Amino acid sequence: MTQYLLSVHMIEGQDAYPDEATMHAAYAATDAFNTELQNAGLFVFAGGLHPATTATVVDGTKDETLITDGPFAESKERLGGFWVIEAADLDAALAWAAKGSKACGAPVEVRPFQGE
Amino acid sequence: MAHQQADAAAITRVFREESGRVIAGLVRRFGDIDLAEEAVQEAFIAATQHWPTAGLPPNPGGWITTTARNRIIDRLRREALRDDRSRESAVLFQSDEPADTGAVSDDRLRLIFTCCHPALAVPSRVALTLRLLGGLETREIAAAFLVSEATMAQRIVRAKAKIKAANIPYKVPSDSELPDRVRGVLAVIYLIFNEGHRASTGGELIREDLCAEAIRLARVLVGLMPDEPEAVGLLALLVLTRSRSRARTATDGTMVALGEQDRSLWDAALIAEGHALVRACLRRNQPGPYQLQAAINAVHADAGSAEVTDWRQIVQLYDLLLALSPSPVVALNRAAAVAETDGADVALALIEALDLDAYQPYHAVRADLLRRLGRTVDAAAAYRRAADLSNNPVERDFLDRRLAALSPDSSRSNGPQ
Repeated sequence: MTQYLLSVHMIEGQDAYPDEATMHAAYAATDAFNTELQNAGLFVFAGGLHPATTATVVDGTKDETLITDGPFAESKERLGGFWVIEAADLDAALAWAAKGSKACGAPVEVRPFQGE
Repeated sequence: MAHQQADAAAITRVFREESGRVIAGLVRRFGDIDLAEEAVQEAFIAATQHWPTAGLPPNPGGWITTTARNRIIDRLRREALRDDRSRESAVLFQSDEPADTGAVSDDRLRLIFTCCHPALAVPSRVALTLRLLGGLETREIAAAFLVSEATMAQRIVRAKAKIKAANIPYKVPSDSELPDRVRGVLAVIYLIFNEGHRASTGGELIREDLCAEAIRLARVLVGLMPDEPEAVGLLALLVLTRSRSRARTATDGTMVALGEQDRSLWDAALIAEGHALVRACLRRNQPGPYQLQAAINAVHADAGSAEVTDWRQIVQLYDLLLALSPSPVVALNRAAAVAETDGADVALALIEALDLDAYQPYHAVRADLLRRLGRTVDAAAAYRRAADLSNNPVERDFLDRRLAALSPDSSRSNGPQ
């Protein structure tokens, strides 16, 4: 089994959903997807994030810790949320990602975690 | 058994022939592509030391597999002793590999699907397929695609690292994924052939090595998936296209259009093979894009001269192809055939609306139609546009000569290329 990060990518400033009904439907579909992952015993962790405007960057690599407002990289793309799942191989992870993408209505990036 | 001569060329040939099979088997057993590749490389060095004096072993593939496998086991044993790394020593105690029958052909099929996995970039799929299944050296692949050896090596290293880290599986995809994934594999082989047949870079029109390699891979695939009609269709398409390669370049290196080729130069053996494959496809009656393109090429191959080509049948086949995989490129090729049955004016009307402005053959076909309609000025502009878009010097030269030959009364057909 390999652990994968399934990250949901959204465009900053662009509404993910055209209307409220679509949004609620996506939330419900995502909940159902999470339940399916849990029932399959493959769910590790998942969460949705507030907009990137709420982010703070901390740089503790210097003598003095530096705290700055905003996301680390200025970009139109932002991380909307993510799952951490277990999967037998990339094909299995991609199949879950396709389901997750359909549920939440945004593209999903799949990335393997480093082994222990 | 008499010892066969085993000079350096023979050893290289044997390894190129066998390495895909051997690597695939080792990957199944040890689960590591790098380990398998290094071991085959070590076996190659051992062969260059032993074979010239001992002669080719009766079963070279078996010899390479055994030698490479023993190298891996030696190495893992040494590492296990040194580091006592339980994970690697565990590999040694895995159940012994299944008998080298049956499972072996599946191994190569698994490896093809790994190399052509959609999670890898297309250039990486091509490089890995040529490296791991074709047994080509990184240097040879780099030369074929005119990139530096370092660039190609990096591309292959990255792809292999992704296979390992992301756990890209080494298996034949499930039934639900299979059709898509087979199409992906066929596309990689077709791409390799096309790169060879219409070399986009370099001064020659055809890169024989890539064409030959693509046909070899297609044969392997047909051997592994004999019931996959599109695999058979692809092989048929490749051998039929290849059958004309000698006629496609004149002795001075210039390009010759299909309608003007010396058909006695066509390879009769390849045509016979292609026809047999197309007939097998027709009997199966599960048409697909590669099979239809093969059938179109079979009709061309049937014609003793350009004049007796059965263009009506070709148009019908293009109709089927267009219904199956509608694309502007197919529509363009169909129109070129329609020009022969219904006239250049009808064909021109068909292509004017196609959105193919950046596609070199579109302007070449359009130029030819305009020339046949006597619209010399428009034809000249279209030939110039086509030449500008071509990145192959031989092809550009062909278009330049067409342009130079334009005269107000020119009306003779040149046919497609």
